[in-house]
Amino acid sequence: MKDWPLWEVFVRSRGGLSHKHVGSVHAPDAELAVRHARDTYTRRMEGVSLWVVRSADIVASDPDQAGPMFAPAEDKVYRHPTFYEIPPEVKHI
Amino acid sequence: MPSLPTIQPEDVATAGRASHEGVFDAPALDEHRDAIADYALRLGDDALILGQRLTEWCGHAPQLEIDLSLANLGLDLIGQATLLLGLAGELEGNGRDADALAFHRDVLAFRNCLMVEQPNGDFARTIARQFLFSAYQAALYEALQHSASPRLAEIAAKAVKEVRYHADLAADWVIRLGDGSEESRQRMIDGLDWHWRFVEELFQMDAVEQALADAGIGVDKATLRPDFDATVERVLTEATLPLPVYPRAVLGGRKGHHSEHLGHLLAVMQFLPRTYPDAVW
Repeated sequence: MKDWPLWEVFVRSRGGLSHKHVGSVHAPDAELAVRHARDTYTRRMEGVSLWVVRSADIVASDPDQAGPMFAPAEDKVYRHPTFYEIPPEVKHI
Repeated sequence: MPSLPTIQPEDVATAGRASHEGVFDAPALDEHRDAIADYALRLGDDALILGQRLTEWCGHAPQLEIDLSLANLGLDLIGQATLLLGLAGELEGNGRDADALAFHRDVLAFRNCLMVEQPNGDFARTIARQFLFSAYQAALYEALQHSASPRLAEIAAKAVKEVRYHADLAADWVIRLGDGSEESRQRMIDGLDWHWRFVEELFQMDAVEQALADAGIGVDKATLRPDFDATVERVLTEATLPLPVYPRAVLGGRKGHHSEHLGHLLAVMQFLPRTYPDAVW
């Protein structure tokens, strides 16, 4: 049981919302990973749907490359759509 | 105009029950009141004792995730016990609530079946017990949802969803341990072998249960057996395990004839509320 793989757990809290990462569990296979995720993360009605995925299968960006990956976006505020004049007649935007 | 007769206290009591249980079936339920109390006690004790057993794993399971999942099953069962023992105490009418029945009865007064009081053993033996008992309990609650007693039907309808999950989870583990390593397979076989002799008692009927079954309040448990046998066969076959050869049955739990194990369990469970009667949490 010590060599059980790790699984990342995603919970959809309500219909219409997207699944969110909530944590991880150990389990010998996918089916039991769902059961462990259910018993660990949805005991208090936190969710209506569960995803689990092998942690090893997740491809992540390299933290050492965070500069080149994310810094170039810092000085490009014009990418936010906040520079448009909105006519007063248009509400709820 | 002649005046109406004075309303008697017992009329008020009957009317009070009728509002909850329905006007038309109240007389039949009244007639079976003691039997229903006894029946609720049996079902409640099964859930209570197995729930207590499962909580013994808390902090000791081979993995944190299993710790949580066994504690979860235990809590579901203790929740069911609270409802069933509450009903038993109410129908008994001696002012005992679920806590009084759980913590202030001695071993001979417990009506649970022998399977649920069996010691946990290793993980495989715990799973064997859970698999067999949950398969039976799920079938029972499934049928009990249609009880003529609305209270029993409501409790069964709530509990059956929990118990179906217990049965599935335990079956998953039987398959994994049975069809796993040489050691897990042997442990699963040993765990099941410990429990076969207690299966017969699950389906045992006596005068109380037969009368309730005839009145549409209880369940004729013989009708549940084919489903149970089919589940056992399906899961054991998938687990590549040998099918059961049932040894001579051990009976007596429903009459209070328990194994030595129940007393030890009660000593732990009842110690605190008996030693510190005023303790609250």
